[in-house]
Amino acid sequence: MVIHPVFNLTMKHIVIIGNGISGVTAARHIRKNSDYQITIISSETRHFFSRTALMYVYMGHLKFEHTKPYEDFFWKKNRIDLVFDHVVKVNAERQQVDLKSGNTLHYDALVIASGSRSNKFGWPGQDLVGVQGLYSYNDLVLMEGNTKAIKHAVLVGGGLIGIEMAEMLLTRGIRVTFLVREPEFWSSVLPMEEARLITNHIRSHHVDLKLTTELREIISDHEGKVKAVKTEKNEIIECQFVGLAVGVSPNIEFLSDSGIRTNNGVLVDSYLQTNIPNVYAIGDCVERTYQLPGRKNIEQVWYTGRMMGEVVAQTICGTPSKYEPGPWFNSAKFLDIEYQTYGTVSNVLSPAEDDFYWEHHGQKKAIHFVWNKDSKKFLGVNTFGIRLRHEYFDRWLRQKKDIQFVIAHLQEANFDPEFFERHENEIANAFYQKYPSFKAA
Amino acid sequence: MKILKITGLLLFVAGFFVFNASFFWADYRLTENAVKKSIHDEQKQALFLTEASAILDRPVSSNFEFIHYVSEIFETINEKQLTKYAITEDELDRLAKLSEATFSIANVDSVFRTSNETSSFKNKVFKDFGGSLESRTFSSPEELHTELKNVSAKVRDYAIINRAGFDRYAQKDIKYSLAKASAESPVRNNPLLYLLLTFGLCIIGAALYILPKIKESKGIKNNNIFFHPMKNVGWLGILTGTWLIVFYVILYFFPEYMTNWIIMVDPISEMLNGHEAGRFFLYGFIYTLCILVMGVRMIIHYRHSKYQIFRTLSVMFFQTAFAFLIPEFLIRLNKPYFDFKNIWPLDYSFFFDFRLDQLRESGALGIFMLGWGIALIIIAVPVFVYFFGKRWYCSWVCGCGGLAETLGDPYRQLSDKSLKAWKIERWMVHGVLAFAIVMTAAVLYTYWTKSSWFLIVDSYSLREVYGSFIGAAFAGVIGTGFYPLMGNRVWCRFGCPLAAYLGLIQRFKSRFRITTNGGQCISCGNCSTYCEMGIDVRWYAQRGQNIVRSSCVGCGVCSAVCPRGVLNLEVKDEEGRFGKPILIGNNNAKLDV
Repeated sequence: MVIHPVFNLTMKHIVIIGNGISGVTAARHIRKNSDYQITIISSETRHFFSRTALMYVYMGHLKFEHTKPYEDFFWKKNRIDLVFDHVVKVNAERQQVDLKSGNTLHYDALVIASGSRSNKFGWPGQDLVGVQGLYSYNDLVLMEGNTKAIKHAVLVGGGLIGIEMAEMLLTRGIRVTFLVREPEFWSSVLPMEEARLITNHIRSHHVDLKLTTELREIISDHEGKVKAVKTEKNEIIECQFVGLAVGVSPNIEFLSDSGIRTNNGVLVDSYLQTNIPNVYAIGDCVERTYQLPGRKNIEQVWYTGRMMGEVVAQTICGTPSKYEPGPWFNSAKFLDIEYQTYGTVSNVLSPAEDDFYWEHHGQKKAIHFVWNKDSKKFLGVNTFGIRLRHEYFDRWLRQKKDIQFVIAHLQEANFDPEFFERHENEIANAFYQKYPSFKAA
Repeated sequence: MKILKITGLLLFVAGFFVFNASFFWADYRLTENAVKKSIHDEQKQALFLTEASAILDRPVSSNFEFIHYVSEIFETINEKQLTKYAITEDELDRLAKLSEATFSIANVDSVFRTSNETSSFKNKVFKDFGGSLESRTFSSPEELHTELKNVSAKVRDYAIINRAGFDRYAQKDIKYSLAKASAESPVRNNPLLYLLLTFGLCIIGAALYILPKIKESKGIKNNNIFFHPMKNVGWLGILTGTWLIVFYVILYFFPEYMTNWIIMVDPISEMLNGHEAGRFFLYGFIYTLCILVMGVRMIIHYRHSKYQIFRTLSVMFFQTAFAFLIPEFLIRLNKPYFDFKNIWPLDYSFFFDFRLDQLRESGALGIFMLGWGIALIIIAVPVFVYFFGKRWYCSWVCGCGGLAETLGDPYRQLSDKSLKAWKIERWMVHGVLAFAIVMTAAVLYTYWTKSSWFLIVDSYSLREVYGSFIGAAFAGVIGTGFYPLMGNRVWCRFGCPLAAYLGLIQRFKSRFRITTNGGQCISCGNCSTYCEMGIDVRWYAQRGQNIVRSSCVGCGVCSAVCPRGVLNLEVKDEEGRFGKPILIGNNNAKLDV
């Protein structure tokens, strides 16, 4: 049974910890729906920036100021107070947060949106100079310094941050060796076909991609700087930089004595409320205590953070709303290959599922459909080098369309620019060739 | 590959160096023939030759010195003529004495007899400028005297130099013509060789620099742009901008100094239109080369996108055929110069008297051209913008757009995206449109009524102000000179009256919009940064709202640089074009924030 939170009508001051996409979305929506006093605290940067764009600053595509989605006057104009400080402690009982500067802020409702931090798994040498992850603005500054005039870098961990770091380093003419535990790149998430496509693409950019390879230790020179890494296979690779891109975990250490319940992340109910009334958590730092079908309890993605911000604002402003994201979607770019996914495509098919994979010969394009074997219900799609319309796939997934419908209507869902080569007929023909029974039906 | 690039760069720099050096590389020897060719009035010819005797047939070693001498000659002549023809105090007194309380213009004949040349001149100009005094009654001799002095001042300011000397317009033309006819330079002796050593080297160099990029993988490669001294207003960008500004100032305001460059393209001009080259032939030649060479670069840079390839081929074609070759062939055939894709009010002189007269005198073709030009304004613009958006012109056909999209592409990220810039832009661009309309109305009013006074202004001054401040200074000097400083669309965004007109239709009545893909935006800012028109594309993309902006030229680069496939240029039903923001993916959120 769901008990709706009770609201204190005199509630005035909303304090948000963290100025990432989650916290800022919450603030914007609270402002639209109320006159509450809003304060955002961050010790990372004074103003909100797009974390996903940090790589472009390093690569010289953008300047840092270009990553700010709102001009600096926006905050004052919308009466959102920004505090550039670090939260050292939350005192839930007295409804206040203690800041590093010694200041204290009283809140009527608190939103924890403190994000993640990069994982380190206790490797020897992981704290040497020249070893780092990439998550925050500080990491970017650090990486700028750590990679000055170096020749060779080693990256550990085959995920989205790893491939970003590889792309970044390549633009500086730095040789990259990439250690990936899985048999193909990101095959913990992508089915083998796609993983192989990306693996080949990475190699075509002259990255020395070492698959099924794990890090054993990082070796120091006499100044405490990284000199080389040693793999589990005892191979020694000389390098002047090590990028640790082995995932992130909720950044919640500062909550340890607060009375707010945490596990790996801050534990929240379906209203994104913690065990303490009027204390909410959103974004990367959240661990849901309830299940959503086909989804993990910690989801560290831009979009989920944004959606939680939207929902928590409704709740705080008097319309209690559950966090119920629609069908899963995500996107990324692997060097030159754009990737989008809608619905659920697991790396390994379940026995109840069937799939169809199409890859273009010559161009780096592919598409992968998954559906339920019995009901024919369409479950998800991965697409590479072909843009698809989110709106259409979201609708089809909600309406539980079958796979034939999706194949037949694929043309409408194409989102590529004008004059781009279209492949829907080719895909449909290949599909019917493999599954002739669908054609009859 | 790296060696090719460096070789290319060196060749380009060498060619560019020779081009700049050739600006200074000539002796000037003034001949009687040159004077006769440049000054058509025989009396003035004689005057000039008398004063020029000191430098006649003697080499002068630089264009600056030569122009300086010629200017001095003009000044001397003008001063002499002013002294000679000025109405003296004594003459005024005599005239005043002859007059009673009521002035009679006939008295002028008594003071200035037509028997000698000087006096005859004075007689004529006094009547021209003092005609309005006829039969006027004055309350005192002082008042009459003041009026007569006013006439004398007008004669001095407006008549003597215009009629007996050289006014600034005449000086400009003659200086240019004399400098071109008098130049003795290696370029004149061998224009083709210098064409090869300048443009030839630059083209080969650019090709070697650009072509190797084809070996890189396809896709967006904006690496290191903001670290580049050329592309982030570094020293190279400032230098390039300065050079361009100086070039345009010389081209528009001091063409007499650049004759050596023009001599270089004489053979090409003669081949195409049968006449020697003028400054705007040189300009058109360079302009077209830039679009072609940098067009190849653009195509290589964006070769993963067919939209970009076709669009670039289109601007290359329209520049080469419509703006450059066809008008030159028309001249060869003795027809009016006409650029079939240039549209008023960008083509602000379309309704000027001399052009209307020329078209009217050119038979059926002239009338067709007139009709074509008007049809472009009232039919093609609204219809095509309705179906395709203003991009059909601005980024597929237009010459200014063509240069911006090719030569200017490396600078697109420098446009200002702030809200303030947008406000300034709206006032400025619509202000210029209003100015263009008023100026044209005035010019047409004068054309029909023969009266130069339109409401509160003189239509001739109005069009002169428009021509030099908007046509030359804004569109040329700032429009292109500011590429490396403020991005490649400064003119199109802040100044082009046609863009304003196209934009109004695009904003209010068009099927064109940029759509956003559900909730996929990550606010990275690539779209806004690479929007040459300074539209904050991300503002719309991150809230899932269609981008419907009058300034959007539909270049498609926002869509190309988006790493998540969020943006797409689309034409479809008008309904839903101004849709509310919607981010897909969340069940319990109200999203019109």
